[in-house]
Amino acid sequence: MLKNVHSRKGLQLVLGLFIGIAFGFLLQKGGVTNYNIIIGQLLLIDFTVVKVMLTAVLVGMIGIYGLRSLGLVILHPKPGSLGASVVGGLIFGVGFGLLGYCPGTVAGAVGQGSLDALFGGVVGMLLGTGLFAAMYPMLNRSILQRGSFGTLTLPELSRVHAWVIVIPLAGALLFILLMLERAGF
Amino acid sequence: MDDVIIARWSPYVVGAGIGILSWVAFLLSNRPIGCSTAYVRSSGMIEKVFRGKKATQKAYYQEFTPTVDWEWMLVVGIVIGAFISSVLSGHFQVQWVPSKWAEVMGSAVSIRWVVALVGGIVMGFGARWAGGCTSGHGISGALQLAVSSWLVFLCLFISGIITAHVLFAGWGG
Repeated sequence: MLKNVHSRKGLQLVLGLFIGIAFGFLLQKGGVTNYNIIIGQLLLIDFTVVKVMLTAVLVGMIGIYGLRSLGLVILHPKPGSLGASVVGGLIFGVGFGLLGYCPGTVAGAVGQGSLDALFGGVVGMLLGTGLFAAMYPMLNRSILQRGSFGTLTLPELSRVHAWVIVIPLAGALLFILLMLERAGF
Repeated sequence: MDDVIIARWSPYVVGAGIGILSWVAFLLSNRPIGCSTAYVRSSGMIEKVFRGKKATQKAYYQEFTPTVDWEWMLVVGIVIGAFISSVLSGHFQVQWVPSKWAEVMGSAVSIRWVVALVGGIVMGFGARWAGGCTSGHGISGALQLAVSSWLVFLCLFISGIITAHVLFAGWGG
């Protein structure tokens, strides 16, 4: 682990910016900062978003678990619960369908000149996240902890070595991508 | 050099690039790529301007302090990176109403703005409810095999697909 790099705050802000620039560049080149492409995915007529995401998961997963086996990185799985993950995901999807951008791609859309992304998406997200912050104590007491399973990962859930999940899942993701191509999407 | 001016790259090249970028983020910054906390931090910063210390005392802003951090810089970087990419390919375009929207819903700016704003509010609310977004859960969490992330990933796509179909079929007839 590069602990001396991780602990330098100023350097980390610069790294965040540069990783963001590369991320935004890739998203725009992939076409996924376009409303037409994203809404096309949700309408199931254009599978660009799924192809980008599944390839990123495939490549990312093999690399991160490889680096982890070498002791170079540690995982940071997010905690979850049925109340937070299922309900939150369903609410998110409604907004996603209406807006036609997600929190990352909306920033990319702003960069390529989309005003609906700036004045609708970004302004809306500032309001929505602020609203959540205001309601957080109440939501946390009532629903967010329901059915909590913590930072569980799939290998922990199935009590097997990580690679027992990684390798078949990589094969499954490849298979899905090949099937999408063969089906003409 | 021609590659940087081509408008679209293969989704597999882009996906692999994002996957590799996640290795870089883990290696150099010890963190996964994510976006949605940047918005709640910004929202806190704005609230701080109007309400001062009272705003930062909120429990949620104790957890996600209204300050510029790595993820906040990452979101700023996305804007810049997409700007550079679109300018290089000649596809930077100031636009209010996307063509796919206009085909079905018409080209009125006000309607697109209101729906996008409502969508942004609901999505921002849902992203913090779920503890992450399409990047933080959908890519970074999924590639770490987090159970929470695969659940969020599935739920947001199912609900996004239903919403888009209802919107386009219902409105467009």
